[in-house]
Amino acid sequence: MCDQTFLAITFGPCDNCSQNKPLMNIYLKNEPINYCSLCVELMACQGLAKGETTNTLKAESESLKAKLEEERAKLHDVELHQVAEKIDALGQFVMKTRRTLKGHGNKVLCMDWCRDKRRIVSSSQDGKVIVWDAYTTNKEHAVTMPCTWVMACAYAPSGCAVACGGLDNKCSVYPLSLDKNENLAAKKKSVAMHTNYLSSCSFTNSDMQILTSSGDGTCALWDVESGQLLQSFHGHSADVLSLDLAPSETGNTFVSGGCDKKANVWDMRSGQNVQSFETHESDINNVKYYPSGDAFATGSDDATCRLYDLRADREVAIYSKDSIIFGASSVDFSLSGRLLFAGYNDYTINVWDVLKGTRVAILFGHENRVSTVRVSPDGTAFCSGSWDNTLRVSAYLRSSGESELRNILYNTV
Amino acid sequence: MTIRSDRDHGQRYRPRMSCLKKLEATVVQMQDPSTGVKGTDQKLNVTIIPHVITGQNIVAWITKNMNIDSDEAQAFGTMLVAFGYIYPLQDHKKLVLRPDGSLYRFQTPYFWPVQKWKAEDTDYAIYLAKRNIRKKGVLDAYEQEEYNKLHKWMNHKWDFIVMQAKEQYHAGKARQKADRVVFDCQERAYWIVHRPPPQTHSAMDYGLDRHIDPNAEEVTGKFTCDPLISINLAKYITTFKNHDPFLVPCLPSNPWQTDDDSYWELNTPDVEIPTKMRVERWSFSFYELLNDPRGRADFKIFLKKEFSGENLAFWEAAEELKWGTAASMSEKAEHIFKTFLAPGAPRWINIDGRTMGLTVKGLEHPHRYVLDAAQTHIFMLMKKDTFYRYLKSPVYKEMQKKAISPAPHNFSEAQLQQNMRNRRPSIDPIITWQKEQEEKAKAEAASGPVDIKKLMASKLDRK
Repeated sequence: MCDQTFLAITFGPCDNCSQNKPLMNIYLKNEPINYCSLCVELMACQGLAKGETTNTLKAESESLKAKLEEERAKLHDVELHQVAEKIDALGQFVMKTRRTLKGHGNKVLCMDWCRDKRRIVSSSQDGKVIVWDAYTTNKEHAVTMPCTWVMACAYAPSGCAVACGGLDNKCSVYPLSLDKNENLAAKKKSVAMHTNYLSSCSFTNSDMQILTSSGDGTCALWDVESGQLLQSFHGHSADVLSLDLAPSETGNTFVSGGCDKKANVWDMRSGQNVQSFETHESDINNVKYYPSGDAFATGSDDATCRLYDLRADREVAIYSKDSIIFGASSVDFSLSGRLLFAGYNDYTINVWDVLKGTRVAILFGHENRVSTVRVSPDGTAFCSGSWDNTLRVSAYLRSSGESELRNILYNTV
Repeated sequence: MTIRSDRDHGQRYRPRMSCLKKLEATVVQMQDPSTGVKGTDQKLNVTIIPHVITGQNIVAWITKNMNIDSDEAQAFGTMLVAFGYIYPLQDHKKLVLRPDGSLYRFQTPYFWPVQKWKAEDTDYAIYLAKRNIRKKGVLDAYEQEEYNKLHKWMNHKWDFIVMQAKEQYHAGKARQKADRVVFDCQERAYWIVHRPPPQTHSAMDYGLDRHIDPNAEEVTGKFTCDPLISINLAKYITTFKNHDPFLVPCLPSNPWQTDDDSYWELNTPDVEIPTKMRVERWSFSFYELLNDPRGRADFKIFLKKEFSGENLAFWEAAEELKWGTAASMSEKAEHIFKTFLAPGAPRWINIDGRTMGLTVKGLEHPHRYVLDAAQTHIFMLMKKDTFYRYLKSPVYKEMQKKAISPAPHNFSEAQLQQNMRNRRPSIDPIITWQKEQEEKAKAEAASGPVDIKKLMASKLDRK
């Protein structure tokens, strides 16, 4: 049986070719019609119809955009107000680097945590992908990729495999083994195939599917075992640099950000772009969902990080400062969503208070750009990878006033 | 064959660094004679170098004018040095800002990184050749290597390069000594930035080219925004505040801080007695309960007592279908149909007629999302009804009572040092996964339909 890749609510005769096929529901001139996938493709490839010119189509798209903004303004949720005022401000935080992982011979480009909260996988410019136990700082596995600039790496949910890719335009899955001497490259599985560099990859809820984004402007969902393309996502007009899966119970959407300054939210089943946000002034380097799945944050080359609310369908916060002029390369939330960690190209990591919009901490220590920042799955620490060839795991610095703080909080709860 | 590179090597070449414009503005301000950084003249051997500034003055100026504290000012200053707007006079190869009496100078705008030409190899060759002419053996080892390389690659142009070098050398000689020394320093600093010595990096390195035109209009605006955070986001933060290790210390202690991994030991997915915090988290939402394997196990115990385990079992099976491999799809779909949906099925789930009809029809051509409607229905049912009954049930209340609340660790310095030496490794996740799979298989075998014949045969055998 074939694996249908879109949500087939209806199955029946196509409006165009009258064959019995799974139908896609689309809108033409505000009329809902049911076309089968083949007819949709044919229609998309047609040139200009009679009476249309590129100018009229451009004008139509502009007017639709204006109408959309109007509708968005109307939907302004009555509940949106300065909730932040009622919540206490955070003091100044002090973070301390707890582990420095040295071993990469060149820039560290990407890293990911394992679900066991202590292992990480990291990839670098020289093609090496290393799996570390960050707690003991031991290297557990090392793989040499056949290409340089391995910009994407991900740990499988089971902890039994890692996926990585970069300039080879592919995403490969390496099953990890208990035997330390085994050559992992032998069991490598080539899963994704793009026409340009792979910028980001992520496993879905299981080891069996991978979501990838590429410099060719598309994202794609792949079946690991067969390497089959399950769904592709077209809509970006430039390189897609980052993606993130929604943590919500429905788990069917993901967000992607790219060089066209847009952040798009996609439905994984239908391949459709359900929401789009374009308020950044430069490339979006990284996108990350808020822990509840209702919002997401982006880090961009315009030196700001922004928070977008999905239900309100708009940008709700900008995290920026006059003294920060270098782009943000990577963002991640703390467990509760109160803190936003952002790594920047000026070698620093800034920690923002999501609610108030203020900066609560700045970390120095890296000697080159911070390329990736990820909070551990249980929120106890965050790891930052940098172009200075090292990874650092940092946590909140314990202070003598801590026990008092704890007592106060537990008595009021 | 024409190789079309999308990198524009023409006059418009400029890497994607609009931030440099902002740096420029700051540097211009710093050079203001009245409000800028105070400079003095320095004596270097017999010549006097004008407009020399010290590291601490730079940091002080940045701190005052940009309203930031001195650590950040130092980092900002390091950026200025790394990009070559300010260059160090002593230790010229290390491009960092030292907040002490170290001497620096402003780079002439001719050598600023935003100028419209790329630092070409030809220019570098001319520069190295010129230095060679001036005094043989003055090049560093790495520079000598580069020189030899360039000599090989640019052999066809070498006459031109040597001629240019000689011209520049003679032109330099005609200048005043002070000017010459200054210009030499500036040129040297420029090349340190663009051709970094080994073991250092160049701030001009911006990584891979992206396929969008880097010279497209980049709007730089002022960003201000009062965050209009919705109630939902704020609610989430307030609910989880006590569970965020960055806000409230986790008990007994954060393993990364104290090198003691009891926190992880107490919170493994299959622990016997969970902690109070964990049990509290299950009550936040149905998603949290299901996401935590221990919570899901507890929920299953509750469902078993209510004899309504089939809903969760169906939901889990549908998840497996959704996220499973493409090859196993039809087999799984059939199994699910037989177990949950067929009339008279052993674990028949109760969904409304319309959903049942849609699902059954969809199963004729099974695809990954065929069970979506039914799964959502069952999930909502569990979320709105069963979950709340679970929270009020004796199963949950007992778990809340049994749950442990570990006392916070209070390690002395010596103990912390010891912990650091004895960091424990953990079980490889592969082994944990294999164990989980084995247990799952056992559970499935146990819950499968009992083969009466085999059972009777085994009983007869014993007799």
